[in-house]
Amino acid sequence: MIQLRRHPLRVVLLALLFAAAACSSTGGKQEEAPAAGANAGKANTPEMTVQMVTHGAPGDTFWDIIRKGAEAAAAKDNVKFQYSSDPDSGKQATLIQNAIDSKVDAIAVTLPDPPAIAPTVKKAVDAGIPVVAFNAGIGNYAESGAMSYFGSDESLAGEAAGKRASEGGYKNLLCVIQFQGQVQLEARCDGVKKTFTGKWQKIYVNGADRPSEQSTIAAKLKQDPNIDFVVTLGAPDALAAMNAVKDSGSKAKVGTFDFNPQIPPKITSGELQFAIDQQPYLQGYLSVDSLWLYKNNGNILGGGQPTLTGPFIVDKSNIDVVGKFAEGGTR
Amino acid sequence: MSQTVDVGTPPAPARDERVARKSPLARLMTRPEIGALAGAIVIYLIFFIVAPPFRDVNSLASVLYVSSTYGIPAVAVALLMIGGEFDLSAGVAVTSSALVASMISYQFSANMFVGVLVALVVALAIGFINGYLVVKTGIPSFLVTLGTFFMLRGLNLAITKIVTGNVGTNDVSNIAGFEAAKKIFASEFSIGGVNIRITLLWWLLFVIIATWVLVRTHIGNWIFAVGGSAPSSRAVGVPVNKVKIGLFMTVGFMAWFTGMHILFAFNTVQSGLGLGNEFIYIVAAVVGGCLLTGGYGSVIGAAIGAFIFGMANQGIVYAGWNPDWFYFFLGALLLGAILLNNFIRLRAEASR
Repeated sequence: MIQLRRHPLRVVLLALLFAAAACSSTGGKQEEAPAAGANAGKANTPEMTVQMVTHGAPGDTFWDIIRKGAEAAAAKDNVKFQYSSDPDSGKQATLIQNAIDSKVDAIAVTLPDPPAIAPTVKKAVDAGIPVVAFNAGIGNYAESGAMSYFGSDESLAGEAAGKRASEGGYKNLLCVIQFQGQVQLEARCDGVKKTFTGKWQKIYVNGADRPSEQSTIAAKLKQDPNIDFVVTLGAPDALAAMNAVKDSGSKAKVGTFDFNPQIPPKITSGELQFAIDQQPYLQGYLSVDSLWLYKNNGNILGGGQPTLTGPFIVDKSNIDVVGKFAEGGTR
Repeated sequence: MSQTVDVGTPPAPARDERVARKSPLARLMTRPEIGALAGAIVIYLIFFIVAPPFRDVNSLASVLYVSSTYGIPAVAVALLMIGGEFDLSAGVAVTSSALVASMISYQFSANMFVGVLVALVVALAIGFINGYLVVKTGIPSFLVTLGTFFMLRGLNLAITKIVTGNVGTNDVSNIAGFEAAKKIFASEFSIGGVNIRITLLWWLLFVIIATWVLVRTHIGNWIFAVGGSAPSSRAVGVPVNKVKIGLFMTVGFMAWFTGMHILFAFNTVQSGLGLGNEFIYIVAAVVGGCLLTGGYGSVIGAAIGAFIFGMANQGIVYAGWNPDWFYFFLGALLLGAILLNNFIRLRAEASR
């Protein structure tokens, strides 16, 4: 047993020694640009606690950018920022209840499934905790008692993508859904269908398994060689779709929703036609900042009307402005 | 039973029927993978008939590619299951390996192979810890690896966020050594217009090696013995603990290999990838004839199981069936393959 236990440790040490001797001459952190993102001073208002409760899956790029926006606003506004999330709406409601119980000063929530979550939001409002909604629930936030909404309308975003593809002269579009049964993803694809003038079809893939996702899209492109445009609903999925187009020998072009650091170079090189951004950083930032304004000056951002953060189309024409921030992970 | 027995002429003392030579066909029919093979042929024929694009050789190549990404870890998972244990952490361990390799090389601006080797050490350590905990605590491996599954899932996200500030790793494609590593783990080449991925060749090699170990070496005997009954194998001198820890480390190795493929095929890794794949590896092994209780099964069967899963997965798309029904069809095809497998095995056992 001793021999077995000692062995891996020795290999680790050996590998570390090797690492020290084998530095790469190209790439890696040494070539990294300085971090981007908005940094301002700090307010002298009394500290308040803001709890953010979302339906984001842990480890998802998109939600990470929302958090970065919220944290930037929190740092500036002297806010103690707390984050919790669960994709399951029942559990998300419980998390909101936890926030009420721990008597936070304000809450920012997403409303992906209003019937399940709105009653708990109402409880928070009744307990005297100001609530803003963001990202999901544009049609229902007001009745839940939330005072503002920051986000994009998923159908509108879909319509923008469909319109854009139609203008490009494409005739046969494939919409790729990376998780089954999520309302906002379906809304995007349905929005695309609404404004796209040619033939529309959709496909479900496993977004947690890249090789399978890529091959499934490639299989679909082979099954229907007439497909000339692929729309993906998330940034990592766009990379899989571009690989699939190459694999299948298809001539299809790719456009996507959302953004991540890998997207800008692909837009610059022309491999990717466009990315529909809903500015998640702004959604997180405004949620925290508006709660701070309300607490300290009684302001309601948007005056009760939804504040739209998208759809904002990023393409070759504006990639130079947006791209450098995306590489820093804040767009 | 009213037959008259002729006791006057005893039968010639022929060879004991237990060691009698069976016809090659009869012997083939008792192989653990034969039912899975029949299932694979039936599913292949179904899609060959209903899905014209499926008939293309290149489509078969891409089905085989997806199958290989399930099949490579399934080689080790099948060995482990024959040895009587489960590993639920295999799917996320794939992602852990890819994350480690990519972050080490990127953060230290080190040659890509440094990251690859450190990842191998980490993957083997994960396997070792799983195995060590199982043999030392006596807690069922299902529970131990369930724990490590969740822990790795948390580590994947938390460490990636601490190190990169994001939830995915940075693009490593311009780091020295990347191209060479890509040749090993994720290259493709064309034979007569058919696009072959290198993972397919590695898969074949791993299946051949594992099968040889399993049926031709004493280690193979140990694996079957340990899976059949650990106490009795210990009683006859089989190093049960070493065998089990070794099997878990083999799973770690295959997870590492698959992780390297994903890293070099896609340049970046998202920390949330791989969830649910542990289940597919087990499905491949079970569809291929491994018993959930251990002590029986084959690596070739697991390979066929992975192929069945890959084929069902892609074939539905090639056939252009309604995507809303995808998982229904997938489940129905798998169930059909398992029923056929069972039917053939029962027939084979009855005819023994």
